[in-house]
Order: sequence, then C-alpha cells, then structure tokens
Amino acid sequence: MSEGPLLEVEDLSVSFSGRCGITRAVRNATFSLGRERLGIVGESGSGKSTAGRALLGLVPPSGIVTAKRMSFAGQDLISLRDADWQALRGRRISMVMQDPKYSLNPVIKIGDQVQEAYRLHHRSTSEEARRRALAMLDAVKIRDPDLVYHLYPHQLSGGMGQRAMIAMMLIAEPDLLIADEPTSALDVTVQNQVLRILDNLVTDRGMGLIFISHNLTIVSSFCDRVLVMYGGRIVEECQANALQAAKHPYTRALLKAAPSLEHPLTELAVVKRNPEWLL
Amino acid sequence: MIEVHNLSVTFRHGGHTIPAVRGVNFTIVEGETFGIVGESGSGKSTILKAIAGLVKADAPGLKINGQSLGIKRTKSDRHLMQFVFQDPYGSLHPRQTVDDILLEPLLIHGVADAAEKVTIALNDVGLLPLHRFRYPHQLSGGQRQRVAIARALILRPRILLLDEPTSALDVSVQAEILNLISRLRRSYQLTSILVSHDLGVVAHLCSRIAIMQSGRLVEVLDVDSLRRGRAKEAYSLDLLAASRGFSRTPS
Amino acid sequence: MSSPLDPPAPEIRPSLRQWLASDAPTSRRQAMLGNFYRGVVALCSNPAALTGLLIVLTLIMIAIFAPLIAGHVSPVHQSLADRLAPPSSLYWFGTDELGRDIFSRTVHGARVTLTIVMLVSVVVAPIGLAVGLLAGYLGGWVDAVLMRITDIFLAFPRLVLALAFAAALGPGIENAVIAISLTAWPPYARIARAETVTIARSDFISAIVLQGASTWRILFRHIMPLCLSSLIVRLTLDMAGIILTAAGLGFLGLGAQPPIPEWGAMVSAGRDVILDQWWVATIPGIAIFVVSLGFNLLGDGLRDVFDPKNT
Repeated sequence: MSEGPLLEVEDLSVSFSGRCGITRAVRNATFSLGRERLGIVGESGSGKSTAGRALLGLVPPSGIVTAKRMSFAGQDLISLRDADWQALRGRRISMVMQDPKYSLNPVIKIGDQVQEAYRLHHRSTSEEARRRALAMLDAVKIRDPDLVYHLYPHQLSGGMGQRAMIAMMLIAEPDLLIADEPTSALDVTVQNQVLRILDNLVTDRGMGLIFISHNLTIVSSFCDRVLVMYGGRIVEECQANALQAAKHPYTRALLKAAPSLEHPLTELAVVKRNPEWLL
Repeated sequence: MIEVHNLSVTFRHGGHTIPAVRGVNFTIVEGETFGIVGESGSGKSTILKAIAGLVKADAPGLKINGQSLGIKRTKSDRHLMQFVFQDPYGSLHPRQTVDDILLEPLLIHGVADAAEKVTIALNDVGLLPLHRFRYPHQLSGGQRQRVAIARALILRPRILLLDEPTSALDVSVQAEILNLISRLRRSYQLTSILVSHDLGVVAHLCSRIAIMQSGRLVEVLDVDSLRRGRAKEAYSLDLLAASRGFSRTPS
Repeated sequence: MSSPLDPPAPEIRPSLRQWLASDAPTSRRQAMLGNFYRGVVALCSNPAALTGLLIVLTLIMIAIFAPLIAGHVSPVHQSLADRLAPPSSLYWFGTDELGRDIFSRTVHGARVTLTIVMLVSVVVAPIGLAVGLLAGYLGGWVDAVLMRITDIFLAFPRLVLALAFAAALGPGIENAVIAISLTAWPPYARIARAETVTIARSDFISAIVLQGASTWRILFRHIMPLCLSSLIVRLTLDMAGIILTAAGLGFLGLGAQPPIPEWGAMVSAGRDVILDQWWVATIPGIAIFVVSLGFNLLGDGLRDVFDPKNT
C-alpha cells in the first residue's frame, strides 16, 4: 500500500479566458499527497477550489488545465479522456462539496442516492447495495440509518445532510477524497463531529484526504500538512502543527488578522498585499 | 440603555408554531457592545430583529432609555437604532448607486445638507469619492459592507445592531471591517449588539457575551471569563471547546 | 472649463466609450448612462436580439414616415380599374379587391399596429404592476382579494372575451384595445406579485424599512424599479400575441373597421381570393409574422440583458 505518493502534481495551472483577458486561477502548483490529510487554505479567489476541481477533471470547459505531471496512484491524469474520468470519479476519487442542500438530489430518498452511488461502480444485487448503504450511513454516525434511509434531503438538518453526502461519496471506497469546505455551512459543534468522521475514515481505510478550507484554525488542528494559496499560487507548505511558525508574510498576516479567543488585541492586523507574492 | 424583558418570538408557519426566542432577559448599558453567540437556529438573529422591529415580538418587552417601545415603530424609533445585515450582497439595492443608497435615509428623515453628509459618511467608512456613483455589483464584498455600515450610521443613531457583519467575508477583509466597527463605535459613542457564531469575533468586540441555545439564553459571560473558558453551563463549555478547533481526543 | 484649482486635466480626454464604461463614474448621470450603455452593448452583442431590435425600430420608422415611404399613395385610394393587380413596378405589392395599393396599405398598417400595441401596453403594464405590487407587498386579505380577481380574469378565454367585448361595445380599434387590455393584464399582475414577494423578503428592503420609509416609498422607489425589467420583457414577448389578437379581431371584423388599413382585416379581405391572387392576403400576413418575430427576438434579448446575473 505504501508504494510512493498517492497523488503527484507538478506545475498545475488553470486559466480561464474571459471578456477581460485571461485569469490565471491556479499558477504552477506543485504538491504531492500520501495517505494523509492535506489541507489547502486560502481566501476566496485564491484558486483552492479550482485546484481541487482540476484533480477531478471538473474544471468548466472554458478553463484550460496544464500540468507537467499529474498522476494518481501511478496513473497519468493529464491524458485522461472523458470516459476514463467517469470510471475514476466516484470510484477512486470523490468530492464532498460545501452545501449538502445543493449537492443532494431533492426528489430522491437519501438511501436510494447512497445505494445508487454504490451500484454505479459495483455490480451487485439491490439487496446487497441496500445493506451496504445502511452500513455506510451507520459508519458516518447517522443515529438511525433505517429511518434516514427513507427520508428526503430537505428533511435532514445541515449536519445530517453533510453526513449523508459523505456516505454517498465514500460508499464506493475511493482512495482519495477531496472535501471542498465540507464543514463551512455547519455549526461549530456539528462541524467537529463531521471532522471526526472524516478523520476516522482516513485512519481506518488509509484514504488520502484533501481538505479545502478558508478556516486556518480548523485546518491547522485537523490536517497533517497545509498548503497556503494566494492568488493561485502555493505560497507556503508546512506541517499543520507548525502553521503558527509560518514563514511567508501572507500566512503570517492571515494568522494575525483572525481575532482569537486566547490573545486579545485592540486592533487586528490588516493584510497588506504584496504583488511580489505572485511572482 | 437597552432593557430586554421576557422577550419571546413565535413564528407561525402553516399550522405549526415555532418558538424562536423564549423569555430572554438582558440589559445593556450605554456605550457597551453586547455580544450574542449561538449556533444556527438558536434565535440569536431573531432577538436582534425583534429589537429592530423587523419581526414581531409576542409581547412588547423592550425599553430604550427607560421608555417602552411599542410593537409598531415610529420614525423616531427608527432614527434611534440602525441595523447592519449579514450578507453584503443582499443588503444593498442592486439598481441603486452608493450615492442613492446613502441619500435615501437622509431624504426619508428630511435631513438638510444631504450631499455633504454622504461625503462625510463615505469618508468615515474609508471609501473614496470614486466609489460614490458605483453600483453594488461594482464593489467588493468588503466595500459593500462598508456601504452598509455607512448607511446605518448616516442618521447618527445611538444604537447599532450588527447581525453577523463579517461572516460572509474573508479573514483579511473581516479584520478591516472589525477594525472599522471598533473605530466608529468609539467616535460615535455607539451602544451596540453584535450577533455572531464566531466566538473570536465576539470576544474581540464585546465586553459581555450572551450564549444562546434553541431560543433560550444559556448564560451571560464577561469577556474575560469567555477567554479563560470559565463558563458555568455545559453547553457554553462545549461551544468554547468546539471553537478552539478540532481535537482528536473527544472530551 | 477648468479653474486653476482643479487637478491638472489628463492629457488625453477619455473617449465617450471610456467615459461610459468607466467603473468609477463621477456623477449620478454618468453612472446611469454607463449602466444604460452596458445594457445596449449587451443587447447589441446578441445577434438575435439585435435583429429583433432592428425590426422593431424599422416598424417604428415606417409608422412615423408612412406617407413618405408610401410615396403619397393614399392607402384608401380606390382604383377599380386596377383591382387585384399582381405585384408590378407600379404596384409593388399588387392591389386588393378595391384596387387599393397593398404596399401603401401595409406601410400605413404599421401605424395602426403600433397604435394598438402602444395603447395596450400603456393600459396593461400599469394595471398589472399596481395590482401585483399591492398584492405582493401588503399580503393578507388585500392579496387574497386582488389575486382572486386576477384569477377570474385569467379564467376567461382570451379571444372569446375580447370578442364579447368588441361585440358589446361595437367594433373599432379603441374597443379592440380595451378588449385586449382587459384580458391581457392578469399575467402581469401575477409576475409583479411574484417578484414583489421575493424582493420584499430581501435584506435591502428590510434595510429601507428600518430607515423609516413609508410603504408607498418602499413600493414605488425600491420595489417597482426591480419589477419593471421582467414586466418589460414579458410585455415585449406579449407584443406578438397582442398584434396577433388585434389581427384576429380585425380578421373577424371586430377590430379596425374599413377602410382603415389594418393587417388582420387585410388578410381577412384577401381570404376569398387567396388561391388566385395570393398577394392580397400574403403581404399583410408576412408583415404580421415579421413584426411578431421581431418583438419576440427583442424580448428574449431583453431578458438576457436584464438578467441580474449579468448586471
């Protein structure tokens, strides 16, 4: 299982050509991922979500993705055709989005959606799929899987919906999960429960996790390693527990800009942006 | 300055009645910034809206400077307190320029020297004259929230109600807006209530903090107890622990 | 133009286009014009909408300059010797059964059509808007009463009600306009109400309420401008229907009365001879078709321009 990194990305760039010229959403991002929790932090427009989408081949057609190297478990992702992506997505790489409200189909029962995700990638009887779906709902700590199986998405709370979403994404047992702000729409106490579920899945199944978030506190306490993105560029890479000792001025400024419970300040530091960070 | 006495708000939705706020009491002295924290559905925003008169309280239980406020607000009640909304994208009229938006309250209340007051208000919140005739969609999120704050302060209210004013903004922009709020609060001697789900933000601005859970006020802490984690109720301790980030060892 | 105190003027005066497209306008007028300019640019960059706009503008020009374009041939002048003449260099579109020049009648017919369209919009849009705004914003029993009335009008078959009115009030353009308007306003009330309900819930309206604005001020200064765009789109799309209904009434003899050159009535008159003298019915038919298409294309284009996602 431990033969080299799960994912290797070298010089990944994504650019969009719009009416007002070319926007470079991701610029020459290079990173690798083992079976670990990798956090990507940045503010809006930093390209963190676009980078995550590029790994799944989900960049909108107007975007141009280039990379020197992008390989997943030894498989080259750059030359992949649509059909190959289909086989890979969901089965080996999955994605959890920010808001379960918009990612679950509102007119299909939760259980059926989870089961469907399984049957898409595994040949199985409906009884088998149903059993798997119930087990998966149980695995994401949904208290009463039999009941929730028959509910519609609007009948669930935000936290429950997000758990159902994770169940749906994990039932095919992917090797890599990309979570794009999976807890931002949730309350803090629920947020930690969802994080715990993700955490257990990484530890128990040896899955790789890319955790995209704007929240430095969560990323530094949850992930193993952190990439800080600014303007499409990875400006800092460090161990999560060493984030407080970050070197890049942008990371340091971000850390100082967030009001903290422990260290009262009369005035928060304002991030002074330096164009050189983009060079 | 503000006395909230046994405030309850019940929403009626179809045949159901949903108690959003149940018997909440607190008082706020002049010049204080009072924080209300809680998770979604705890009724924290509803309290703020009931004080502003945007939602109907079950019974009038609100006193400002010792005077009871009716359920229906008069123009001078409105003059007294203003509101800043959470979402800077939704709180500005999409077809009005910043100038129109800021002039409107002045026109409603028949204030003289309106144009000059707009200039001052823009300057107060750190916007430039070049922003004056822009439409909201031509501004960034932080700039929009500045416009919303300018609109709230242009009538020189005594009380400012802030409903998650920075939760839709990036951390760096949030810092700018929080600094702006604390500066304006000083220079205009505002009494304010800040609602937020972010304990850090509340602790940064407020002297006392109320913790809400499902419509009830759990407890009121001063900022020092909050920072040191000295809460009495179990729920407050949970909330404090959760906001310090993820921990692998469940408490 | 510049006093010595002014900052030094930039060396190159910005072109009109730059001034309009500026995202830092310096006056209210520039902001408004700039917004208008962006709308026009968006409209013109959409070929279908541009086509529609050109057709509608052409219709308006033809209506205004009808006597000049028709070469001062009266649309009612009869020349029985030349009746049912085929298109020729003398009669470009031929003549009808009374020997009237169809080209002149079609050109003058643009005036009639435009009059009907304008009168109907002037009546329909304000009624629908007022009913919808009040129902949507005030809610409660006002909403219930106004919307039930709207439902009643919606339940009538449109052409049949128009026919009944035209028959009761007597045939004629004015009565056709009244009849069409009576049946055309309910959809506008519905749209305006739906928009108002959504807008009234938004934070920017709450903000205005908290400033102490009166209900009328909120309705007319803040909500109405936002409802207008979808009403204009709907009205433009409906123009085609209105023209067709007017033509239908004319065709049935309940709209414009002879000898007024109304396109529907002209089609009706050519019906008897359609196999032998095709031009009598076809030419006004094509006119109806092209103008309806023009309004539809323009309406679709306007919808794209007004779409809040673009602004």
